[in-house]
Amino acid sequence: MPEVLSAPLVVEFPFTRSLGPVQSAFLTGLRERTLLGVRASDGRILMPPVEYDPVTAEELRDLVEVAGTGTVTTWAWNPHPRPGQPLTAPFAWVLVRLDGADTALLHALDARGPEEVSSGTRVRVRWAAERRGAITDIVCFERLDEGGRPDGHADSQGKKSRQSDNRPERPRATTPHTGRFDGDPVTGIVTAARLDYTYTSGRAQSRFLTALTGRRIIGERCPDCRKTYVPPRGACPTCGVATDEQVEVGPRGTVTTYCVVNVKARNLDIEVPYVYAHIALDGADLGLHARIGGIPYDQVRMGLRVEAVWVDDDRLAPTLASVDHFRPTGEPDADYDTYKELL
Amino acid sequence: MRGEPVAVVGIGQTKHVSARHDVSIAGLVREAARRALDDAELDWADIDAVVIGKAPDFFEGVMMPELYLADALGAVGKPLLRVHTAGSVGGSTALVAANLVAARVHGIVLTLAFEKQSESNAMWGLSLPIPFQQPLLAGAGGFFAPHIRAYMRRTGAPDTIGSLVAYKDRRNALKNPCAHLHEKDITLEKVQSSPMLWDPIRYSETCPSSDGACAMVLTGEAGAARSPHPPAWVHGGAMRSEPTMFAGKDYVSPRAGRDCAADVYRQAGVTDPRREIDAVEMYVPFSWYEPMWLENLGFAAEGEGWKLTESGVTELDGDLPVNPSGGVLSANPIGASGMIRFAEAALQVRGRAGEHQVDGARRALGHAYGGGAQFFSMWLVGSERPVG
Repeated sequence: MPEVLSAPLVVEFPFTRSLGPVQSAFLTGLRERTLLGVRASDGRILMPPVEYDPVTAEELRDLVEVAGTGTVTTWAWNPHPRPGQPLTAPFAWVLVRLDGADTALLHALDARGPEEVSSGTRVRVRWAAERRGAITDIVCFERLDEGGRPDGHADSQGKKSRQSDNRPERPRATTPHTGRFDGDPVTGIVTAARLDYTYTSGRAQSRFLTALTGRRIIGERCPDCRKTYVPPRGACPTCGVATDEQVEVGPRGTVTTYCVVNVKARNLDIEVPYVYAHIALDGADLGLHARIGGIPYDQVRMGLRVEAVWVDDDRLAPTLASVDHFRPTGEPDADYDTYKELL
Repeated sequence: MRGEPVAVVGIGQTKHVSARHDVSIAGLVREAARRALDDAELDWADIDAVVIGKAPDFFEGVMMPELYLADALGAVGKPLLRVHTAGSVGGSTALVAANLVAARVHGIVLTLAFEKQSESNAMWGLSLPIPFQQPLLAGAGGFFAPHIRAYMRRTGAPDTIGSLVAYKDRRNALKNPCAHLHEKDITLEKVQSSPMLWDPIRYSETCPSSDGACAMVLTGEAGAARSPHPPAWVHGGAMRSEPTMFAGKDYVSPRAGRDCAADVYRQAGVTDPRREIDAVEMYVPFSWYEPMWLENLGFAAEGEGWKLTESGVTELDGDLPVNPSGGVLSANPIGASGMIRFAEAALQVRGRAGEHQVDGARRALGHAYGGGAQFFSMWLVGSERPVG
């Protein structure tokens, strides 16, 4: 029994998000150091703003400016910040109800320890020096002392807080806002998503992949229907029983069907055009998908007899890429009746 | 379907386009939902439950739309369900909603499906770098093209059939204001001379990449009686699944599709679909799938589907119009495409399809499939309340 193979699988993509009118105004506002909430049907000010009323489902568009100071409504201490989080040193996740707003915004509070944080702590926004219309335009929140002044302790990077000018900030009434600002509005953002998985191939596929390093193609036969699966999955999807009988198949086979690919995919370094074919390996009961080489692409045909062309010894590895491609054997074409059930 | 008779009383779609940069996903679904409510002359408070569907998560990077969209869809305080069956999702979502009405669990259900293809990249979503594999496909076209070649070999269909379908659907789309593609100067020659992408599939024989949403309001007999416009009645609905790959799978005419259609016809009392059904909205992402599905759905004998296409039977003024809306070939917000087929079938029997109305359509089939021809969902709707 070979060991079960595993390898990292990173799924990463920069998804884009069109913002719509409300989120567009909210993020453009952050760029301009203006905090915009929205008035709900019942008169409450929702901050951050939403497009649709959470109670009546009505469209909400009445933007209002709220203050840059507020009160912590609840919090959790984060002793081990991860990459990408707002601050690098330990901080508090806080829900802050900004003065003038009726709902709370999630952000980070710069504090030296959990003893400095409580529900009711008065805080203010610490703006980023350079802002581009993103929630990170608010670096974090910082504490105000009892007189309404920032306490001015060093931030997580060891520098004095940039925005701590010691002027008292008082709660102020909310004021209506058009949501329009000088300069282009922020209409979309890019949210780079990355998921780090460990992909494990399972026992059946690991046996198959390990055999490839010895230039052998191993299928597995179902004890009930006697069909041979290549690549094997360890179970027959039709009968629902384990397929533990290994069968060597190929290395020759028949092209059952194919297409000529003229589209250059950005994650593939295969020259186009190339032929992508379903190959019924001798002894297998369903097609393996592979590239055909050693013949002009426009001469490939259904029924063509082919054989595996392996990579050089030093490149053999437990991957399907060990079979570089399939090439014609020179045998006469297979009769249609011999493979039509595999289409 | 048994239990409460199910009626479609509201239908709404967005104008499908390549990119809706002006709205959030919430704004997009909202637009379709509002139009469906307006069609039914209902409001958010009238809705008892919401059932939504979308394409696979990586296709747009929204993993739990049911959380994010509750406000926009007026679902606060109500059941909100999400259905997930790859490309067929729009169809199966509608069927889950219909079943909730049929079972008398809810009186009025809003169902909706959407996709913003512009916010991700479906080809990327279909080709994750799985270790130990060898990526070869280059998109959905590369997956389906070999099956189309197998169909051509099996039936002896002439090479021209695929372009006839594309030419027809793009002309139909000109009559559908919601369609994404409006190629006013389309000609058969242009289709036939477009670049070959995945031989035998040409560029003009493939679906576009679209942003769009579709919504329907479903209700029972009492709700239908209050409907300001004629309802479409659900006469039958079914779903079937099978593995993407297994020994013995018929890739040209999957058994799950045949069984699903047979179940729908049995429920609806249809014995000769070719004669008894007046219009079909089927999921044709690559033009050759029209003749393939005509056979799979029982409108033609095996090997004969292409003859219906070739002889003009599936044209808008033909004997069995297929995709009068222009179909998936003219708009493909993947997550919504199945529901658009279901909704367009309902529009036909309600007599509300506008310029692409099939004269006198009384029974229409909506069809969707997804995965590697793995999931099938269909409904048959009629202008008359089902008997019994």
